[in-house]
Amino acid sequence: MAKVPITVKVNGVEHSADIEPRLLLVHFLRETLRLTGTHIGCDTSHCGACTVVMDGKPIKSCTAFAVQADGRSILTVEGLEQDGKLHPLQDGFYQEHGLQCGYCTPGMLMTGYAFLQENNNPTDDEIRHAISGNLCRCTGYVNIVKAYQYAAQKMREGGA
Amino acid sequence: MIPRSFEYHSPRTLDEAIGLLQKLGPEAKLLSGGQSLIPMMKLRLVSPEHIVDINRIPDLDYVSESDGHLKIGALVREHQLESSDVVKTKFPVLADTAKVIADPLVRSQATVCGNLAHGDPANDHPATMLALGATVVATGPKGKREIAIEDFFPGLFTTALEAEEILTEIRVPLPPPRSGGAYLKLERKVGDFATAGVAVQLTLDEAGACKRAGVGLTNVGMTPIKAKQAEAFLTGKQLDEATIQQAAELAASESQPMDDIRGSADYKRDLVRVLTARALTTALSRAKGGA
Repeated sequence: MAKVPITVKVNGVEHSADIEPRLLLVHFLRETLRLTGTHIGCDTSHCGACTVVMDGKPIKSCTAFAVQADGRSILTVEGLEQDGKLHPLQDGFYQEHGLQCGYCTPGMLMTGYAFLQENNNPTDDEIRHAISGNLCRCTGYVNIVKAYQYAAQKMREGGA
Repeated sequence: MIPRSFEYHSPRTLDEAIGLLQKLGPEAKLLSGGQSLIPMMKLRLVSPEHIVDINRIPDLDYVSESDGHLKIGALVREHQLESSDVVKTKFPVLADTAKVIADPLVRSQATVCGNLAHGDPANDHPATMLALGATVVATGPKGKREIAIEDFFPGLFTTALEAEEILTEIRVPLPPPRSGGAYLKLERKVGDFATAGVAVQLTLDEAGACKRAGVGLTNVGMTPIKAKQAEAFLTGKQLDEATIQQAAELAASESQPMDDIRGSADYKRDLVRVLTARALTTALSRAKGGA
């Protein structure tokens, strides 16, 4: 089958590649671009470990073809830190102990990034609703909700 | 999991997309949100030779009100429906439905029209559209035609669409005054298909009696089910508790569930009864201006 040329902006940098149309976005990010911060968890669209932000919306990169990202803009966990400074959400996960094994964390961060852009003054209930597509088997979610709240407060105060 | 190879097509107009479907025949599959298709391709339950990606066709992502209808274009995502003001204010049953489909990440991508075009009785919008009396617009080589939602689901994973047609729009009649609806779904966890789901849309007359009732059932049969006996029973009646209970029993008797990992057929039938009664109660309260 013919390869297809794509150009995708990932974390602000344009990348061009010739890819097989069946290549999944998560494999493009991890294997073609070697950006391994985005994790593969269930590979069946349930767990959200592979969440990235495409044109502002959080999506499961195991359930999108890389070719669909042609001409679009992707943000992965590697793009959250700016000028050596952690994003308020990353800081929040650190301060509030929002992770244990860390496997779900990149997905949790990317879902949170998109969510807090839309709503930087959420209730705990709204946060729990927003992360309902991201599974965490360690924390019981309590500290993840706290980490989101920490970040939301920092963002309201003008941190990001 | 890696799907089988396929050839990728990315038409920029609807005409081009329909031309591709005509040329490529049954080996072509349309890709819109992809949230059902891509998992099925990864599991190799389907392996189309050609993918026709309609995501780059402009002007198909509208949610608009015109000619007495809410019109939902082919590329409207569930997230967009969920956050639409007209949906929140005039179609509580649609808002209820959108927010329990899959999970928020899937809803960033999944389309409302795809939820119907997939023909899966476990999907949620079919029941809601049955309750609302929607119409589906199919666009093909001969132009557009309208299909009543009641005629759209002839069998399991089958729709009334021809192979060369694209579901381009859903039209939902704007509810008259004194209307209200609700969708209730029991799921084992977020992201699961419904154990059972019930959609209700009511319109009351000036005396408070039921003028029109729509009742749709999710995942309790080979196709989405329109509970016609319950609808007929409700019409013309004052909706007191006894009437609601009787209608709920009728809806349960119209369901055709099967035993599976989500529960026994008897359990699901009873669940339809309980959910129908609750959905009718909420719809009634909303029709009277409540929440």
